[in-house]
Amino acid sequence: MNVDSIRDGIVIDHIAAGCGMKLYRLLGLENLDAPVAMITNVVSGKLGRKDIIKVDAAIEVNLDIIGYVDPGATVNIIRDGELKEKKRIEMPEKLVNVLFCKNPRCITSCEQELDQVFCLTDRAKREYRCMYCETKASNL
Amino acid sequence: MIRSVIDVPDLTPEELDSLMDTAEDIIARPDDYADACCRKKLATLFFEPSTRTRLSFEAAMYELGGNVLSVTGAATSSAAKGESVADTAKTVSCYADIIAMRHPKEGAAAVAARNASVPVINAGDGGHCHPTQTLADLLTIRREKGRLGNLTVGLCGDLKFGRTVHSLINAMSRYDGLNFVLISPEELKLPSYVKNESLKKRNIPYSQTTDLEQVIGDLDILYMTRVQRERFFNEEDYLRLRDSYILTPDKMKKARADLSVMHPLPRVNEISVAVDDDPRACYFKQVLNGKYMRMALILMLLKGAGTI
Repeated sequence: MNVDSIRDGIVIDHIAAGCGMKLYRLLGLENLDAPVAMITNVVSGKLGRKDIIKVDAAIEVNLDIIGYVDPGATVNIIRDGELKEKKRIEMPEKLVNVLFCKNPRCITSCEQELDQVFCLTDRAKREYRCMYCETKASNL
Repeated sequence: MIRSVIDVPDLTPEELDSLMDTAEDIIARPDDYADACCRKKLATLFFEPSTRTRLSFEAAMYELGGNVLSVTGAATSSAAKGESVADTAKTVSCYADIIAMRHPKEGAAAVAARNASVPVINAGDGGHCHPTQTLADLLTIRREKGRLGNLTVGLCGDLKFGRTVHSLINAMSRYDGLNFVLISPEELKLPSYVKNESLKKRNIPYSQTTDLEQVIGDLDILYMTRVQRERFFNEEDYLRLRDSYILTPDKMKKARADLSVMHPLPRVNEISVAVDDDPRACYFKQVLNGKYMRMALILMLLKGAGTI
């Protein structure tokens, strides 16, 4: 399968197979007025299988979201058809307005102007909890 | 940001010990503290029904020589007009030197603390935290047993939604020689995250059972809890589980002579009134200890804020 190379944009590579769509949704790429290629289940020497997202637009992406979904992913910034920068991804200590607390008893359920803040509580398990009510983020 | 107390881990082990020491000192020499908070004001903001916690805070402030401003019930406050917790906290900070807040929503006290310019004490935020109850529990255990380690502690009833139980396990888990016995119906077992974070991570032995009578003879402490109607979405489930454990004089016959029975109160029917006369019943002493720990906490926070 061939996908055209991009001139100015980003390539999110080495996404764990199956996580690409989650990342696509959380990054809000469905609302982007630019070509986006979502490639899933590609054979990878490092991972066995991987997903790749290519965005043909020079946009800024929220690296915290990528670090939350898959800290093993890599982000390549492409300019004039060349690799300009490789971004290092880390699991963020805090996610602001990325996830939404599903606990109906949480203060954020009735005070909607509050930022939705999730904090990393267990790095090994990649576990995040709501800063207010400590409910665990339900999906990765 | 000004120091507040939202949950027990906000206090260091040294501060917990110091609070218990202060409470003991207040008990021994109450007159020395009678004017400690003279001309200072505590605002009690209670957006959820509570009798003992609010009165305990108010009694604590009065016994420190301070005054109290009180809001009870969301219906009579500006929250009914849609005011946010943040705005309420900012406004009340203009009137009071310290705030004690109870709110039905989890995390509300944390929001108040981030916005208030005076210390905020969480007096219960839904099913989330109730740190001053834990302070009362710790002082009660220390006073009754003379120690907080080397104890077999039975926790009975609603261990799933019972915030006091989660908080007590977490607070006690730093002491050595503890053994927890978790007694609950299958549906109300201690959540695995509490077991993982407070017990397994620290290699604290525990056992789980549904049979109170089988284990009551092994316990130094029996901490009873109420199955709380307000924590259930479904009335049917509440009614089915409400009467799971009722402590009676008959069951007490199987317990040790030096058992201490505790309960965060209010009780419904889980401890028979006939047990109240048993010298091993400590739950009303626990209420009193709660007031002394709240006095100690108010003092600590007002001193920290430079108010006294």
